[in-house]
This record gives sequence, structure tokens and C-alpha cells, in this order.
Amino acid sequence: MKVVINGKDAQLEDGESLEGCLASKGFDAKAVVVELNESIVPKDIWPTIALKEGDRLEVVSFVGGG
Amino acid sequence: MTHASDTLLIGGRMLSSRLFLGSGKYSSNSLIPPIVNASGAQVITVAVRRVDPEAGQENILTHIPKSCILMPNTSGARNAQEAVRIARLARAAGCGDWIKIEVISDNRYLLPDNQETIEATRILAAEGFTVLPYMSPDLMAAKRMAEAGAAAIMPLGAPIGTNRGFRTKELVRIMIEEISLPVIVDAGIGRPSEACECMEMGAAAVLVNTAVASAADPVAMARAFGQAVAAGRTAFLAGPGAVEETAKASSPLTGFLHE
Repeated sequence: MKVVINGKDAQLEDGESLEGCLASKGFDAKAVVVELNESIVPKDIWPTIALKEGDRLEVVSFVGGG
Repeated sequence: MTHASDTLLIGGRMLSSRLFLGSGKYSSNSLIPPIVNASGAQVITVAVRRVDPEAGQENILTHIPKSCILMPNTSGARNAQEAVRIARLARAAGCGDWIKIEVISDNRYLLPDNQETIEATRILAAEGFTVLPYMSPDLMAAKRMAEAGAAAIMPLGAPIGTNRGFRTKELVRIMIEEISLPVIVDAGIGRPSEACECMEMGAAAVLVNTAVASAADPVAMARAFGQAVAAGRTAFLAGPGAVEETAKASSPLTGFLHE
């Protein structure tokens, strides 16, 4: 299935969990915060979230800034 | 107030340093600990951005001393709603509830949109954030930010990243006089002497980033800013003497040798 991660199309296995998706795409779970379809998803429920076709993920973290 | 007990209270936190630092544009994030240490800064700004796993970005938080208060900014937000979204993401990262609101849609001078900033302040203050809005120095906008629940206000000294100095002095002076919240001069300050001038005038604090990051020796410049901000604060508390139009002799005008 296709989802959109940080504005880019990505292919995932059907029914992939949010936690599995982030791991397979190489995100550092300790350093990121995730929005799924514009709602923040707390880290402790990542394993319980099954992604669906067309879901939009934003994966963000802190960078240097002023 | 004795000088020794002069602290700045924001969002329930007592700060002994009145220099706030940005964390952007350093040649290496490994410079951050010595810069924080040299400057004495206790509040450090960070930004929120999409992660690109292929870019191999390092986690900047590992470089920021744990004793610092993190103040994420909402840079990249073009309206209040986007600022609110970024602020919520930043808080979800578990690094506290301080937020510097930055709402900008002017790409040339990066001047903040005060109207949208007031709206974002209202929403985020109601959600329990400690809100520090970056703003164009306008007294009425600052009053509205105060009413909306801001914990301090942050007027710009000059456009972001320009090192042009304290260009907004007259307007900021009025804001310091008329606003009961801490007034923190943010952006454009390029030299320690300019930061000192802000503090002599009664600013509560100064935030710098580019001035330190673009210095030939950022650690030494961070130290200089820390000293300048402290000196300016001490001078403010000391109460500078009056400015006179004509000379006023410092030595006695009697007992001259020719008399």
C-alpha cells in the first residue's frame, strides 16, 4: 500500500504498524515525533496503530534554530 | 532588589542568565556545549523540522546540556494554525512547554506577522504553554500579546540574521516602559556592545544566534555576549546618571593654583 511520509510517497506492506513503518524507513524512534493525518500519535501506541492506504505521516525532530 | 538576587522569572522558572541562545548555523553541533558553557545561557532555542533518515541527521538534543531550558520555535509557520501545530509537536517531544512563536510570511526580511502571532499566543497560552512571541516592535500588538497570555514578548532588534544591531531602539524603549511583561530583544543583535545597550535600557534579556555562530571564534563571542548582557543589566540596576547638554566639572571649581 502507498502512504505519504514527510510529503513523499512510500510503499509499505498492507497492515504495517506505525512502529514497524518507522523502523523500516530508518527513523530513530527516540528522536522523533509523529503526526498521522495531522494528529499527534503518542509513542506508546505506535505498535497498536495499523496504517491504511493513503495515510499521511509527518515525522519531525529538533534541529538547530534561533 | 540586591544585584546578587536579580533573577528573571518566566513561566515559573528563575533564570540567573539574561542571555538566550539560538542553536542554528554552527559549523558543528559539538560547539554547542562549550558555547553554552562560555556564555552562561540557560535558555536555548531549537527548531522543528521533517526528518530525512537518508541525510543521517544527528539528534541535536544530545549536544544541549540537560540543565538548559529548551525553547523550540515555530519557524516555518506562515499563520497561527501552523504555529500551533508546530508547538504541539514540539511539546509532544517531551521537552517542556516553552515555545517561541515565530509566524513569518515575508521571505525577504523575515518580519513577523503580529496579528497571526497574537492569535497563536491566545491558543497556546490557553493550552498551558509558556509562550514567548517573536514580534515586530509595536506597542499595541505587544499589549494584545500580553492579554492573550504571553509570558514575555520578543521584539526584533533588526531583521533575523543580519547582525545590524539595535535598530528598533526607540520603539523597544517605549515597550519596556509600557509593558509589564519581560521584554527580550531577539534578532539582529550583532555585537556584544549592542546587547549591552539593550540591557542598559531595561530589556529583560537578549536572544542571539547568528552573532555567535558567524563569529570567527564562536566560543569567545559567546563569552563576550554573556559578559556584555550581565554588564548592561548591572548598569541598568545601578541607574545611569543624567545626560547634560553642557560640561559639569568633576573636579572642584575652587582652589586653583592661579588664584
